[in-house]
Amino acid sequence: MAIYNFYIFNREGQCIYYREWNRSKQSGLNQEQEFKQMFGLIIEMKSFVTKMSPTDLKDGFLGFKTNKYKMNYYETPSGLKFVLNTDVNPLGNTRELLHQVYEQVLLPTVIKNVNVNLQEPIKSTVFENKLEDLIRNSTIFKN
Amino acid sequence: MSKTSGKYNVTDPRKISYELFTLTYGSFVMQLIKDYEDVDEVNKQLDTIGYNMGNRMIEDFLARNPHISRCSDFRETAEVLSKQAFKMFLGIQPQVTNWNNSFDEFSLIIDPNPLTEFVEFPDHGKFEKLNYSQIICGAIRGALEMVQLKVECNLKTDQNKGDSTYTEIRIKFVEIIQDAIPVGED
Repeated sequence: MAIYNFYIFNREGQCIYYREWNRSKQSGLNQEQEFKQMFGLIIEMKSFVTKMSPTDLKDGFLGFKTNKYKMNYYETPSGLKFVLNTDVNPLGNTRELLHQVYEQVLLPTVIKNVNVNLQEPIKSTVFENKLEDLIRNSTIFKN
Repeated sequence: MSKTSGKYNVTDPRKISYELFTLTYGSFVMQLIKDYEDVDEVNKQLDTIGYNMGNRMIEDFLARNPHISRCSDFRETAEVLSKQAFKMFLGIQPQVTNWNNSFDEFSLIIDPNPLTEFVEFPDHGKFEKLNYSQIICGAIRGALEMVQLKVECNLKTDQNKGDSTYTEIRIKFVEIIQDAIPVGED
């Protein structure tokens, strides 16, 4: 059981989706506050990492690791940001998994649906079910 | 249903027949002309429709081409646009040409243009002002805006303008849109 929680931010920095699986301890912040802090951290880390880089960066910030969990980050060139918290050594490629979420779950169920406004939190149950399927069947989740 | 590779084959549900596409687009433009009765307004509508399509198409494009990252200059953008984006959505590869000296403006020559195939304009001159393929300009503008590139995109010539047999789209780089940082987070 190694995936804890998952955030999607849109380009404006709004958290449009959040879900957790095995998160036993909460941050103690209210949810909105937590989203804001997470987004603030991403922005800050991105700019810090780029500033400190001794050579030209391509992908830049990819995540960070603590002794208990690992934060995995994936951003599309269009500014969608995915954050996945897993255990320290996830068995599998987390970037690959996040890209799959983008391509196989978010794209067909949300982005291609013209009735969905991308500025608002995702409420689609199809999206939720597909995401659940993908995450639960990934090697990272099972091990 | 969920295919991971970007490969297309005949049974690909995302593909439709060339003729069906051209004819559908033709009747769509016809309907707009009937509804708005004003060529300028139709041009505007086509541009907006294209823009909204572009906003979403870029996600489709990026999802299916994960190896494409941010372009280092505008020339690379032009290459990706013609060789990959146009190929993926319209199955054609327009020619990138007529760069200006500072390399921030270029033309795409679409020949043949799948949108204008079989299209004939009645009453020569009546539809001279109609930008028949404006929807493509809108889509380019909409898609590039999502990857932080603000461009101006205009139809320079189209089949109904003068004696032109091809379509030329002029794309001009305006600025790079900065990441929006929410208030109080800087």
